[in-house]
Parts: sequence; structure tokens; C-alpha cells
Amino acid sequence: MTQTNRLNGGQIDRNTSFSFKFDGRSYSAHPGDTLASALLANDVRLIGRSFKYHRPRGLLTAGSEEPNGMVELRTGALKEPNTRATTIEMFDGLEAKSQNRWPSLKFDALAVNDMFSNFLSAGFYYKTFMWPAAFWEKLYEPMIRRAAGLGSLSQEADPDEYDKGFRHCDLLIIGAGPAGLMAALTAGRAGADVILADEDFTLGGRLNSEAFALGDQSAQDWVAQAVAELSSLPNVRLMPRTTVIGAFDHGVYGAVERTGDHLATLPAGKPRQILWRIYTDKALLCAGATERPIAFENNDRPGIMMASALRTYANRFAATASQRVAIFTNNDDGHRTAADLHAKGVTITAVVDVREDAPTCYDYEVLKGAQVIDTKGRHGLTFVEVALTDGSTRTLECGALGVSGGWNPNVHMTCHQRGRPVWNDALAAFVPGENLPVGLSVAGAANGVMSTHGALQSGAESAANALELTGVLPDLPEAEDAPVSQTPFWYVEGCKRAWVDQQNDVTVKDVKLSYQEGFRSVEHLKRYTTLGMATDQGKTSNITGLAIMAEVTGKSIPEVGTTIFRPPYTPVPIGTFAGRMKGQEFHPTRLTPSHYWAKERGAVFVEVGNWLRAQWFPLPGETHWRQSVDREVRQTRASVGVCDCTTLGKIDVQGTDAAEFLNRIYANGFAKLAVGKTRYGLMLREDGMVMDDGTAARLAEDHFVVTTTTANAVSVYRHMEFARQCLYPDMDVQLISTTEAWAQYAVAGPNSRKLLQKIVDPEFDLSNDAFPFMACGNVTVCGGLRARLFRISFSGELAYEIAVPSRYGDALMQRLMAEGEEFDVTPYGTEALGVMRVEKGHAAGSELNGTTTALNLGLGKMVSKKKDSIGSVLSEREALVEPDVLRLVGIKPLQPEDKVTAGGHLMNPDGPIDAAHDQGYVTSAVYSPILNSNIGLGLVKNGAERLGEKMRLVSPLTDLTVEVELVSAHFVDPEGERLRA
Amino acid sequence: MIINHPLLGPRDASEFTYLGDASLIDRPDWQAENAAEAFYEYGYVRDNPAGEHQELWYHEAGDRSWLVVTRNTLTHEISKVELARDVARARGRSK
Repeated sequence: MTQTNRLNGGQIDRNTSFSFKFDGRSYSAHPGDTLASALLANDVRLIGRSFKYHRPRGLLTAGSEEPNGMVELRTGALKEPNTRATTIEMFDGLEAKSQNRWPSLKFDALAVNDMFSNFLSAGFYYKTFMWPAAFWEKLYEPMIRRAAGLGSLSQEADPDEYDKGFRHCDLLIIGAGPAGLMAALTAGRAGADVILADEDFTLGGRLNSEAFALGDQSAQDWVAQAVAELSSLPNVRLMPRTTVIGAFDHGVYGAVERTGDHLATLPAGKPRQILWRIYTDKALLCAGATERPIAFENNDRPGIMMASALRTYANRFAATASQRVAIFTNNDDGHRTAADLHAKGVTITAVVDVREDAPTCYDYEVLKGAQVIDTKGRHGLTFVEVALTDGSTRTLECGALGVSGGWNPNVHMTCHQRGRPVWNDALAAFVPGENLPVGLSVAGAANGVMSTHGALQSGAESAANALELTGVLPDLPEAEDAPVSQTPFWYVEGCKRAWVDQQNDVTVKDVKLSYQEGFRSVEHLKRYTTLGMATDQGKTSNITGLAIMAEVTGKSIPEVGTTIFRPPYTPVPIGTFAGRMKGQEFHPTRLTPSHYWAKERGAVFVEVGNWLRAQWFPLPGETHWRQSVDREVRQTRASVGVCDCTTLGKIDVQGTDAAEFLNRIYANGFAKLAVGKTRYGLMLREDGMVMDDGTAARLAEDHFVVTTTTANAVSVYRHMEFARQCLYPDMDVQLISTTEAWAQYAVAGPNSRKLLQKIVDPEFDLSNDAFPFMACGNVTVCGGLRARLFRISFSGELAYEIAVPSRYGDALMQRLMAEGEEFDVTPYGTEALGVMRVEKGHAAGSELNGTTTALNLGLGKMVSKKKDSIGSVLSEREALVEPDVLRLVGIKPLQPEDKVTAGGHLMNPDGPIDAAHDQGYVTSAVYSPILNSNIGLGLVKNGAERLGEKMRLVSPLTDLTVEVELVSAHFVDPEGERLRA
Repeated sequence: MIINHPLLGPRDASEFTYLGDASLIDRPDWQAENAAEAFYEYGYVRDNPAGEHQELWYHEAGDRSWLVVTRNTLTHEISKVELARDVARARGRSK
């Protein structure tokens, strides 16, 4: 297809042709095009359907502020909805589709919404869908979501990679237009570390769109020369295709670099986008200005665009929306567009200027004091109706209308830390206020300096000021310096369906309705009409909305005030925020030293904290996990089993005050613990709830090793450091986490001593007398390797935990298995561990759930009243010690095969089943192969006094009712004889 | 956010863990007559100032110092960073 609307000149490479598809149809384009410019060059004006009314829409702008021209880019899993055609850099083979239409762009069934617009005005959701409430979720919301819409997701995982990075500089310059380039030259030549970032793929900003000269060069040649010089400076980093998305606290800026979006195929391993965190003391915002529209009846037809956008398409992209163009303006800049298009051979039907004293032109007609009052053209503009100053009307035939209502400085980023822009009367626009992010200054048009000369000068000066440079500023090229004064003209009197916010379909009438219904503050206006709440954040619409509200309330715009912007400056894909942290890489995976040994044994793993722990070790022939777990339990209780418990937190506590320190952080006492002994420790939060439990082994007078649960290793260490530094700053005690330094294994079962005697060097006596229950000490194993041995038991069996330096963990595990062969040793995983601790009645994570006290867990007597410890005072609060507080009990079904369900609630045998009659709940449930019964642990009101009572275990959600009996939590060896054997 | 660590210089806030009001340093005397009331206040009652606020940050991904950071809750300006241990001593805490 020929590019019928291609003009001469421009910054496109005519030697190369690209082919691309829009809605399945093929077109041609050139490198340097955007999708938007290529579509216009191919005479495509209709691009999408509007959000609410499904009105045909085309492009409004040529930049990232675009509200209308959104498409679904690429196909399959790579599909990206709501992508602005104006920012899509053309590549060969690009495919895009229009969105929010069905069945086709030209015939859209939901365009019928437009005919019901009277019912769909501002606030219609609130008024229409009030009741019945149940209809919301099932009917209204899905219906609205389907009709009101944007693009659709691919429903597939995004296959692209994203990355994150960190950069530092002396000066971050945001925007590479005249002000930004001049600032970069000034700072770069002075030797400062500079980052110059611009969202566009071609640096130069507005200079790329203008036909005027800088000095004796074209604006584009001057840009090329400046960029070449900056590239040659080692202290300057140019970042094109990089949008600075936000100004965060203390000089941290977020920036998204699109490293792969302009490529047909992403090279393997390369990220599509990179989220940069840029640290800088000084930043200079050179974000330019955005042209603002004028609202008039039917101002949203495809072909009606910002005048400056028409100029950009013509000068930079050599494309025009039509060969016949009219301009509607209230300022001189609109005339510049007309002149540039005329020079490119486009027919200017007329320039409609609202000012009686508009400049005259001899090349085309200027209608002074005239206004556009309506337009025609179903899928694209065909005629414009103009009211002339004498009251008569005239119809102009044109395929495009350029609208210019003046320019608004891009103050977006100045608001990111709640700074409010201030009104400038001369410009009739908001300019940056006083309250800028610390270290940020603003130059050029973003600061209200609208001429090119002014932008260059303010860029140079602002860079010098920011860096406190002394000396002469660089010479500036001669540039246009026309004074800019904007007399506001917001909308044409009498218009109704005149669009203010095209992305959210908000009209002049909606703004007036908002006033009429009492939503008059800017914040209410915004939320009631959704003005400025679309993905463009109202870059082209907010001011007009405010101006109309000001007029109907009889206030000035500064009195009405303005809403502020928040990051990100333009939408950012979620994948970019995630970076590489997705799937398996969402958090680190920690492996124990014997992980690969377990993996080779076919272990099934479970995530605990960031660790992978073996859950069970299936043997050949075992087809159900219960078979493996039951066997591991039986084998351990009958002979010996080994479990990897490396993941438990280990904290080394040393110092002359170590024992006293433990006295404070544990509810029970540690001061009198003998060297060579271990003690169970219960740690409370200051509010009296149990925080964690573990053991503390006293290896020397001033040396303890504390263990924590796997899940709480980090938070307990943090808590202990808090106590050490903030509560007891003069205690002589030091802490270090040694979790990763030691590989630790539980060796449990009646034959555990015999097995360990084969491992531990013979000079260490492991007999019950020499190394009794709860003993601990340094030993050597396997002929001299240092190790720590603890006689502690979680399973209830005669058991030990043995620790060796991490690098020997794998070897020790293998040695234990080899030496244990004669005892029929088995490795066991976390499931068997869980079964055995429930059989023994030990509380674990499900019981230490943050809502339980020591009393609840049957450990109330452990909380010493003779000493100060964290949590002891508040653990005695009235409500926590009432007679009927929950107490830990064992739960056994009357029929052993009946399943006990964790989370199920306990009810008395008779009476209603409801929350008011709740007696407690089940915290843990397992099948005990020793008792041949399902069993559980639970918390029951006054449970300790109710052993033997029958209850109903219910789960109304799953229709579960099981008859159970409350029993002692110690199902196995209640006297603890095995432990001490 | 950047916290200017008194020992290590400016560090990114992502290296830190936030705890809360630095009044948590002022743990009451467990033997005082009104201990229950004092611990209740200590545990649950906080000022919520619009302006300067002293708060505890932990350099978890760093040197494990607890810091008292004086931060303006309106502007996020950090005017002072001290080692919590020094603050605790200055407030009379010892062993």
C-alpha cells in the first residue's frame, strides 16, 4: 500500500522500508516512524473506540500524553494492551490491533452506548447500579468491564525478561529538548557526572518537530552536533528511550529504559526493559510543555488533533493526517503549524482564530474572531462548521483539524512529593510551585519559559546553579525568542458533547453536571467524573476541566485549585517492577548442605521460609506419601532415623552477661543453667504472646548457642539485637547468626546412641551417665572433625542433634546412612517430624501462631515471675489468664479412621453449631502410624480440665462433623522415659 | 529513601527494616507499682506526630545496627541519625 499522506523531508530513513500490520492489514513504513506516524502516512485516521461511548477515535497527539491512540501491540504471549501508538517505535513486522471494539473497528456493536449517552453521564455507576447488591458482582460489574474498556490481556505469562539496575550521578537531567541538551552541555563540559534521560528514541525533544533554525544550522543539525559532543564526554551518559517515572525521597529517581521494545525480536537473554534507580543530589527537570486543546461540539472525531502534533508529524515524520487541514487556535503557535504544513505542500483550508486581532497571512485564509462550533464525519473528519464574527456560519472541508489552546508546562514530576503547582497569569497555566522534591530544579518550558532561546538559556543557567559552577556559561546558538502570552480560551460557548478528557469520555456537560450535583472541589470533580483518572493522568485534559469548574463556580482557576500528579509519569508494565524476581526467583532459595544427597534419594521438598526441606523420602514401590511418612515414623521409633535440621536458626551468644541476657529474652530462667547443658526456651513478645521457641545450649560460662524455629530465624535475631542494643546497651554480650555455618542433623530413635557411637570419636563417652538427656558439648567426629552434640529430642525418642561445619554436612549425612545400615536407619522428612512431634504433644508453628500465650500452650509455669523478661508483665493481663482460656489438648476421633481436620472447630456434643458456642479449634492434625489413628492437637476453652470429654469437630464449610475425644496432648511416652533412656 | 548511617554513610532504605516509634527504647520497670499500666502504654500507645518523629530502623542487610532516625513525617526529611545504643544510654538505659 502506498503512503499517500507521506510528505517530503523528515527524520525517517527512506532507503529502508518496513512492513507492518494494523488490524490484519499490511502497510509500509520507514525506520524513524512511530506506529502513529506510519498510520497517518498510510491515511489511517481511525485507530480505536472510546472508553465509555465507543466513539470512533484517532490520534490526538504525537507523544506520550496521548489519550486516544491506544492499541494492542504484538501477538500471543507478547501482546501488550493499551500501548500508545504515538510512542511505539516502528520495526519491521510490527503487528498491532485496535481495541475496545466488537466485531470490528468500523462497525462496533457497543457504539449504541453513544445513543444512550444521556444515561451514561458522570456518576452513572453510582446512580444506576445501586441495588440489589448481589447484582454487582454477578451482573453489573462483568457487564461494565466488558463494555467499558481498554485492551485485553493475552492471558499468558509474559515470556520477556526484565531487569533492574542502579546508577549514580551528580546531575540527572530529565528531558533532552533544548533546555536539557544545553544543561547537559554545560554540566558535561564542566566535568560533572551527568545522566541525560529522554523518553523518546531520538534526543532533541521539541527541536525535532520544528522547522526553524538554531544559529546557522537547522534545529535537527544542532541537536545532532550537541548529542555527538555529549557522546564523546566520558562523564556524560545518554539514556534515550528512558522515561524518568518518579521523583522519590532523598534524591532517588525511578527510570524505565526500553531496551528491547523497538526490536522485532528480543536477543536471547536481553531484557525488554530495565528499571533504573538513579541516585543523585541534583536533578533538573526539562520536561517541556504539552499543548492543550479547546473543547467544542464533536471535537473527538478522528483527524481532530493538537496543532503541535500535526506539526510534529509533518516536520519530523513527514506525515500528515490529511492533505486538507484547518487550524483552530487562540494563540500564535497555531499559525506556526499552519505555516509549516503549508510549506510542506499541505492545503490549509483556513486558520480559525478566536482572536479579533489574529495575525494576517497571505498564503491562506485566516478567520479572525471565529470559532469551530461543530464537526462532521462518522469515521473521520470531513467538515468543520465555523461561526464567524458577524454571526454567520461557514463550513470548511478538511480531513484534519489542528487545535491549539496554548501550552501547559509539564509539571508532573514537581508534584511527586506533594508539591502543588501555582497559577501563572501571563501564561494562563500552572507552573512549578515552591515545594519541589529536594534537589530538583526546573528549566525551560516545564518552568514556563516558552521560547527556544529562553529554554536554552534556562537550561544552561539551571545546570550551572544546581552544580554551583562558576565561570562563563557556554555560548548559546541564536534562536527564536518570541514573547509568549496566552489568553485562555477553554471551550466554545454552548457546546455540550464536547470532550474534555477523551480517554475517560468526560465532556463539558459532565463537568457542569458535577457542579450541579454538588461535587465542586477539584478532588470531587476528578472522582465523580473520572476526569484525569485514566492512564494518561489527564495530561491534555485536567486544566480544561478545572477551567470549566472555575467558570461555573464563579471562581478563578487558582481558587478552584488543581489536583496533583503521582508516579509513574507514564504507565509501566508490572513485569518491569518485578524484574528478575518472578517464579522461582521471586525470593532466594536456600539449600542445606545435604540437599543434593536428598534429591538423589528422590526426596520430595517443601518450602519453609526460603529453605527447601525434604518432606519425605519415597522408596521404590511407595505410591502414596502416607506410605513413606508412616514408614519413616515407624522406623525411627523402632530403631533410628536422621532428619536434616540445618534450617533451624542458630544464634551464637557470647559475653560475660550472656546468661543474664538470655534471662531477659526468654520467659524461663537461664542464669543457673550449667555448662554442658541445654534448656528449652520460650520467647514471648512484649505483649505476652509467644513469639518463638527453641533451645539454648551452654557451651561455656560465657557462651551459648540458641536455636530458633526455621520460619522465625530472621525475626528472632532482629528482636535479640533490639534487646541488646536498645534495651540493655551496657550488657557485655555479642550476637552472631551461625545458621549457615553449621549443618545440623537430628538422630532419633532407640538406636541413635549406638549409631552415634560409630561416628563420634571414641574419647567422647556417650553413655547415659556421661551424656544425659539435655547434655551438650563440643566433640569430634570421624577422626578429628570438630562437631557439636546436643542431646535434645523433638520426636520424643532418645535423640541427639549433631552439628558439623557446613562443608562437611553432606559427608556426615552419607556417613550416618552408611554406618546406620546395620540399624535399618532411615532419613526422615518434615512430615514424619511433624507426625512425631504431634504424637509427643510438642507445640510448633501451627500452635505458635501469634495469638497464643504460654498458658494456652500448657507452658504457663515456664514464665518466671522472679525475674524481668520480655513479655512477662503483659502475659498476666486479665483476659489472658481467665479460667476458660484456650488450652492445648490432644484430639482423638472416636473412630480412628475419621479424619481430624486442622482448622476445624470444636463444639459441645449437643447444642447449636455456631460461633457463639465455639469451644476451640484444631491446630495440627496427622495420622499416627504408632496409634493407628488420626490424631490432632487443638486449643480448647479450659481444655486442660476437660480431658475425656466428647466433642464434635465441625467444619461448616466442608460439611464435616466428626466425634472426637479430648485427651492428653502427649500421645506417646507421656512420662518421657524414652527421652532419658 | 536514604538513611545516613552514622558509621557507614548514606545507605538505601531497602537495606533497613522499620520497627516503629523510638519510645520502644523506654521499656518500663517491671517491678514498678503501675507496671501493668506502664507496659500497656509502652506496648500500645503511640504519638502520631505530623512532623518530626523519632523512629527505630534496623540495618538488617548491613551491619545490624539499630538506629534512631529523626524523620519528618510530612516531608520525609531525615534530620538526624543516631546509633540506638547511644540514644538508649543517653536515656539512662544500661543493663
